[in-house]
Amino acid sequence: MHPALSVVIFTSFAGAGYGMLFLLGLLAAAQHHPADLRFNLACLVLTFLLMVVGLLASTRHLKHPERAWRAFSQWRSSWLSREAVAVMLTFVPAGVFALAWLVFVRLDGVWTLFPLLSALGAVAVVVCTAQIYASLRTIPEWHQPLVLPLYLAFALATGTLWVNAVTWSFGVTAPFAPVFALITLVLAWGLKLLYWRRIDGLKPASSTASATGLGRPGGVRTFDPPHAGTNYVMTEMGFQIGRRHASKLRRIALGLGFLLPALGCLVMILAAGPLGILAGWLAAAAGLAGVVVERWLFFAEARHVVMNYYRSQ
Amino acid sequence: MTSLPATPPARKLGLVIDLDTCVGCHACAVSCKEWNTGGYPAPLTDQDPYGAGVTGTWLNRIHSYELEAEIGPAGVEEVGRTIYFPRSCLHCDNAPCVTVCPTGASFKREEDGIVLVDEDKCFGCGLCAWACPYGARELDQGSGTMKKCTLCVDRITDQSLEEAARVPACVQACPASARHFGDLADPDSEVSRLVAARGGYDLMPEMDCAPTNKYLPPRPRRTGNRGQGEAPRLEPLAEAGGFLGWLDRVLAD
Repeated sequence: MHPALSVVIFTSFAGAGYGMLFLLGLLAAAQHHPADLRFNLACLVLTFLLMVVGLLASTRHLKHPERAWRAFSQWRSSWLSREAVAVMLTFVPAGVFALAWLVFVRLDGVWTLFPLLSALGAVAVVVCTAQIYASLRTIPEWHQPLVLPLYLAFALATGTLWVNAVTWSFGVTAPFAPVFALITLVLAWGLKLLYWRRIDGLKPASSTASATGLGRPGGVRTFDPPHAGTNYVMTEMGFQIGRRHASKLRRIALGLGFLLPALGCLVMILAAGPLGILAGWLAAAAGLAGVVVERWLFFAEARHVVMNYYRSQ
Repeated sequence: MTSLPATPPARKLGLVIDLDTCVGCHACAVSCKEWNTGGYPAPLTDQDPYGAGVTGTWLNRIHSYELEAEIGPAGVEEVGRTIYFPRSCLHCDNAPCVTVCPTGASFKREEDGIVLVDEDKCFGCGLCAWACPYGARELDQGSGTMKKCTLCVDRITDQSLEEAARVPACVQACPASARHFGDLADPDSEVSRLVAARGGYDLMPEMDCAPTNKYLPPRPRRTGNRGQGEAPRLEPLAEAGGFLGWLDRVLAD
């Protein structure tokens, strides 16, 4: 599948934003954060920045973004529509949560409902994003039970890294925070290694023989394409990445997304002050960059069954 | 509404494509482009049409495949051959392209099962093309909306045309009668009888799309004693008498 930059940026950045929203919602409801208005402000600005960059990138994928409002109508059948609805619905409690958090610094009583609803909305958005891909039978690499937990785990891991970076910047050093980040990193990348092993061993159910209904498997081969040039189906669905290229990118993704942030978390546990703060921000940036590479590969390594019509496999 | 019809359509209009008689002339693809660029999904744009990198939107593409000869202990059991294979929307009963659509642009008609795109609602996200196993949908780079086979819906229902012309443009254009149009929900229709008689089949049944269009397999070729030993030797003609016989003898010496 063609890895469109707009969708890669959307799922990775918005994923981190919703991961932050989820964690902040829980921390705010539990009143487990520094009683500092500037902390709340910094967290919220970063969260909304990540979410908005991602959502704006997603509209770049549309040929007619002025018709985007129509995407709220088909939530009964379409995961993309459900995602659009979840995004909009989540802005309601998140908006109230943000305002209340900036007014009251710490939330209690009925106000804790809004951070909790925001956390719930964040989960719903990421579930919808993952299901858009996981529900497509035509792309065996995406139609996997691991895809949903992967999207959730990466959102949580990257969100945690950003929250930690802000927390350290305000001089609050709770050793559990980097440990929690390490746990989410191990979980997310552990699942990813499992996923990579799974898709490397995939036996395609479809072939040129089943796509055309002609001959025994292996007995039919493409003779001539329908046209000399290219077309939308070929450029969108026919993107293929070389095996060596992919394994190099997997190592880059692991290095950026796992090793560097893990190292950053260890530094944060050992060192407060400027070194810990620097490590926190570098870990967050590297973690997100690693997920961008991982997301690019998620597309580039996926093979659509329609290509059975175009080349013998 | 991008949910599929609650009750299965009473009529299922579709195509039956005969891979035995298709000659790969592309007349169906060309007449499809000609009709539809001015019809329901208009326009079907081309990019760089006179340049080296020409590309464009077509609703019907004609592939060709080679079938290898099957050779068994008794010699050639099935000769190798080239098959021309027209590929377009199959108007599936269980159309995943319809249910994934977030805007309500994609729909399946309740009255006859035709799958269509409302071009005014489509915002060009391309998700339906990802959901289709058959590559039947192409995102028009000129209009920014999704294009697909309409079964010439603006033609088959046009009462101002004479009845013989109320068929999809591809069916009318086919010089080999390899394309047949009709109601596949009616077991007595001409197309249903054709499917039953010739063993019409679904493409990629493992995708569970329940396509309406059916393909008829190429008929087996007679193999005779091809591939077994040499051709029979020619027998000499009977010797001629009279003048021609005398001439033959003189020349042969």
